[in-house]
Amino acid sequence: MKSFSYERATSPAAAAAAGARDANTRFIAGGTNLLDLMKLEIETPTHLVDVNGLALDRIEETPEGGLRIGALVRNTDLAADARVRRDYGVLSRALLAGASGQLRNKATTAGNILQRTRCPYFYDTNLPCNKRKPGSGCAAIGGFSRQHAVIGASEACIATHPSDMAVAMRALDATVETVRPDGATRSIPIAELHRLPGDSPEIETTLASGELITAVTLPKPVGGTQAYRKVRDRASYAFALVSVAAIVQRDGTGSVALGGVAHKPWRVEAADAELPRGAKAVTARLFADAKPTKDNAFKLPLAERTLAAVLREARG
Amino acid sequence: MRFEHPATFNPIDQLKVVGHPTSRIDGPKKTTGTAPYAYERHDVVANQAYGYVIGSAIGKGRIKAIDLAAASDAPGVLAIVTAENAGKLDKGERNAAPLLGGPEIAHYHQAVAVVVAETFEQARAAAQLVRIDYAKGEGKFDLAAAADGAITPKPSFGGPADTAVGEFGSAFAAAPVQLDARYTTPDQGHAMMEPHASIAAWDGDKLTVWTSNQMIAWGAGDLAKTLRIPKDKVRMVSPYIGGGFGGKLFLRADVLLAALGARAAKRPVKIALQRPLMFNNTTHRPATIQRIRIGAERDGKITAIGHESWSGNVKDGEAETAVSQTRLLYAGANRMTAMRLAALDLPEGNAMRAPGEASGMMALEIAIDELAEKLGMDPVALRIVNDTQVDPEHPERRFSQRQLVRCLSDGAARFGWSRRNAEPGKLRDGRFLVGMGVAAAFRNNLLTKSAARVRLDQQGTVTVETDMTDIGTGSYTIIAQTAAEMMGVPLEKVAVHLGDSDFPVSCGSGGQWGGNNSTAGVYAACIKLREAIAQKLGFNSAEAEFTDGLVRAGNRSVPLAQAAGRDGIVAEDAIEYGDLAKTYQQSTFGAHFVEVGVDADTAEIRVRRMLAVCAAGRILNPKAARSQVIGAMTMGVGAALMEDLVVDKRHGLFINHDLAGYEVPVHADIPHQEMIFLDETDPMSSPMKAKGVAELGICGVAAAVANAVYNATGIRVRDYPITLDKLLDKMPEVG
Amino acid sequence: MAKVSFDVNGETHQLELDTRTTLLDALREHLHLTGTKKGSDHGQCGACTVIVDGRRINSCLTLAVMHEGDEITTIEGLGTPDGMHPMQAAFVKHDGYQCGYCTPGQICSAVAVVDEVRAGIPSHVTADLTAPLRLTNAELRERMSGNICRCGAYSNIADAIGEVAGRSA
Repeated sequence: MKSFSYERATSPAAAAAAGARDANTRFIAGGTNLLDLMKLEIETPTHLVDVNGLALDRIEETPEGGLRIGALVRNTDLAADARVRRDYGVLSRALLAGASGQLRNKATTAGNILQRTRCPYFYDTNLPCNKRKPGSGCAAIGGFSRQHAVIGASEACIATHPSDMAVAMRALDATVETVRPDGATRSIPIAELHRLPGDSPEIETTLASGELITAVTLPKPVGGTQAYRKVRDRASYAFALVSVAAIVQRDGTGSVALGGVAHKPWRVEAADAELPRGAKAVTARLFADAKPTKDNAFKLPLAERTLAAVLREARG
Repeated sequence: MRFEHPATFNPIDQLKVVGHPTSRIDGPKKTTGTAPYAYERHDVVANQAYGYVIGSAIGKGRIKAIDLAAASDAPGVLAIVTAENAGKLDKGERNAAPLLGGPEIAHYHQAVAVVVAETFEQARAAAQLVRIDYAKGEGKFDLAAAADGAITPKPSFGGPADTAVGEFGSAFAAAPVQLDARYTTPDQGHAMMEPHASIAAWDGDKLTVWTSNQMIAWGAGDLAKTLRIPKDKVRMVSPYIGGGFGGKLFLRADVLLAALGARAAKRPVKIALQRPLMFNNTTHRPATIQRIRIGAERDGKITAIGHESWSGNVKDGEAETAVSQTRLLYAGANRMTAMRLAALDLPEGNAMRAPGEASGMMALEIAIDELAEKLGMDPVALRIVNDTQVDPEHPERRFSQRQLVRCLSDGAARFGWSRRNAEPGKLRDGRFLVGMGVAAAFRNNLLTKSAARVRLDQQGTVTVETDMTDIGTGSYTIIAQTAAEMMGVPLEKVAVHLGDSDFPVSCGSGGQWGGNNSTAGVYAACIKLREAIAQKLGFNSAEAEFTDGLVRAGNRSVPLAQAAGRDGIVAEDAIEYGDLAKTYQQSTFGAHFVEVGVDADTAEIRVRRMLAVCAAGRILNPKAARSQVIGAMTMGVGAALMEDLVVDKRHGLFINHDLAGYEVPVHADIPHQEMIFLDETDPMSSPMKAKGVAELGICGVAAAVANAVYNATGIRVRDYPITLDKLLDKMPEVG
Repeated sequence: MAKVSFDVNGETHQLELDTRTTLLDALREHLHLTGTKKGSDHGQCGACTVIVDGRRINSCLTLAVMHEGDEITTIEGLGTPDGMHPMQAAFVKHDGYQCGYCTPGQICSAVAVVDEVRAGIPSHVTADLTAPLRLTNAELRERMSGNICRCGAYSNIADAIGEVAGRSA
């Protein structure tokens, strides 16, 4: 871990301004992913801005009838919130499927969204990785790629986004609120926050330098049956091979997002339209351009079967 | 004391203390965080500096140049040791690959440097500034590809490479029912919770290391040899060990680099191997490819059994002895076993919990299940039909005790085996397909010399000193129970000191030999102490009885405290063995029963119930012994369902080299476990009449899980681990 | 370097630390409270679990300087060999450990788990997110899954926690 200076931010705008001072500044909140990566010098900030003191740890109702989740709300608190449990069950379920009790107590809403891939080649600094060292190549291609993306990947990167929470937020059409170094705020639909790797996998989101997530807003409750199904080898404390976030209405319509299959939570609105016709039709659309590797081709039938199970249960 | 004749009645048979499910005497320390592990010894020496290990970035090749300039100038750096400046080093007798690599690189993450600094943070940061220029060489990393060129290894600890009895080829060809199948087991990591860790301090030419090591005498000896210093200049201390499983049997890089770092920095140095380094830097259980052929009569009697195994290792490394159990487990007149060893450039393969048998049983016990199906027989019944009370390769040797049949039949009754549907894929519970599986458990009992010193003081306290280690096995407690029984004192009057090379050399902890041999060594020392006490009091030592803190003979009775006097009385002895292990085959047996549920949609496999029934000689402490078995069952579930050090055959490393990538079971994977010991004493094993149990528990578990998955789904997976992707395309359609 | 002050087991400590120092290393290397263990140092095992302001966290993945004013409870703060916390005593009774290295983390986690259930925090295996919680064996095992025990004492740990939590696990 490289040496760094450390400051506690006093307001979101001040934090954003501090964050933009140079490219080697990082915000730290829960720290569960950033410190992990700093120990390996995959992340090498020279300045840390501790945002934990900002009063961004509340969950409030919005005028539209939705919920505004502060960026610093801990995963445990978000999952346990009575309104989330009642109206956004898919989100509560996704959070509880992730990590461990200890990590959920520390990890924040914004940090969870921004967590980086768990690709083992990203983690081993002796090996090529375009995400870690642009231009060095992708060792996962042709390597051990059981966990990797089956769709939306590129010649430069086949990593997946590891979050469970973000998959549920994608199914819920959440919006990310930010403040920029100049104090300006904006709202970004979560669909537009994460990028596909393309030829610059090191750029993972559409956030500008120093731009700080302040909240995530959920639209007003849509009801329906909400489910998050995470498939993994180990029964707990493991990243998803495939996960399905689904909201299914009585008439069979709804929305579906997948985790563990792409560089971002994977949702195709045209696939949602196929929901009344069943899992096969939905996954045919979701995976229209899928390019799995030999190691991870099983994710396609797995996703279909998992979705089928979720839909079966949703219909009772 | 030489143990040459079967044990008769002795003080242990009183079972006043031994054989009771006593809570561990080290428990209050372990549960309050006050048991000190190696890296935590702030108390032993002042001014400790921190070392951070750099592992090779390539799997094979050589170092062209190392640039230490930037790292040396970094804040707090005290020394950097590489092969270039370490001075001439030898190699430990039990190490295959050198612990400090360079310029030649033997394997990925082989240690190539250690950076020593004032603080951990400084050492870690400076390590990133060491610039190493490598010339990458061509390595062999693919076992399947290298198996064709595999050689016949020299006879080893596990016996000869090949054995043959009768005419296997013709008998197999003539058998009315035949099975011929190939199985693979992957490389596996010990993944003990405490990383390999050491503090080293020099006092002139004398070196002391506080470390985490299962075998003190091996470790101290190999450290001296590697450093080319006399053995009596090395002291190794290891009272608490945060798990070993074979991964801490030998001298490893943390010890050597702490010693070298301390010499270079002229200060004590502490090092813990970084977790992401451990899987490639240290040893692992090597992968195997196994072929099993069994021919049987229609009544299930095996007429021919053949087991071949291929494994790989680095230069000077040995083969995984995966055919050992097949030489002994089932009857059959015509037999062959063969082991082949391929040259690989992966990290060094070596012992992990039940080396050989664990991997071998993973394959053999699926094969038996497959044979049962071909025969239309119950797999429990098939195993019983093929029981043998003699070593099938050497029928003149009887098993000293062999209760495999009872383990199987008692277990079947208790588990509700009769409810199993022999036709697979038929039982459904909600979204789960449910199945049951069984496997035999088998592991040899090994006898090896073990010494101890016992001291009686004027408080009447008995203090035991031996270099035996407690790696979680319960050594502290069973040694205390043994000494208490022998000397007729309550457990509270026994103090046990372990894991110090200043103490008499014990058997150490490995190969499930620790419990029986180390307590037998304490028994021997206590016999000597009893004689010394009797002699001092002028008692006839044959008549002297030691009970209730008194020594009695005739109508005389003296409190032990008084007998000890101001100077106390000390005795030291070792247990040594005659030929009973040659004239009798000594083994331990068990049966594992497992019920799994396989998610009908996702093919996720979850274990629902587990039972083990074991017969393993006298159980010295049923509480600790049961824990050993359920722990081994847990590791067996890992082997069955998730553990897999994945080889990247291009770069030559285990790529999933941390505890997120290498999955081991968590709480949610393990249901309530049932475990039963059959009553048994084995007078051939030692005066304790005990045998090993810790490795028996893992042997067969994975196959029982595999067989349960088959029973649940009708899908036979012969390549471990059994993960959902291997089932998915054969699972029933989702409705 | 940076200054930080926090309470550990009821005692206030003022430290001047390299900003890179994790809470875990501050406890182990600076305060010599070595009951908290380093297993993975990457949040992958739970051996470093401590309770901060009433919540269990992995002390390896948090910087010491981020804990200004916090109240930290480590295994040493729960009990001593002569005065064990009920959870510590239950672990001894049920042999809920073997090598002992993950044990302090398991116990800190277990103490917190009982509180989490009382506080109504749901888990992955909670069947109904809106119904009252019960600490079943499945709940307990899911909640403890962030604490790896390679010796495999899980079944005994479940028995120990079940006893303390007031129901058979």
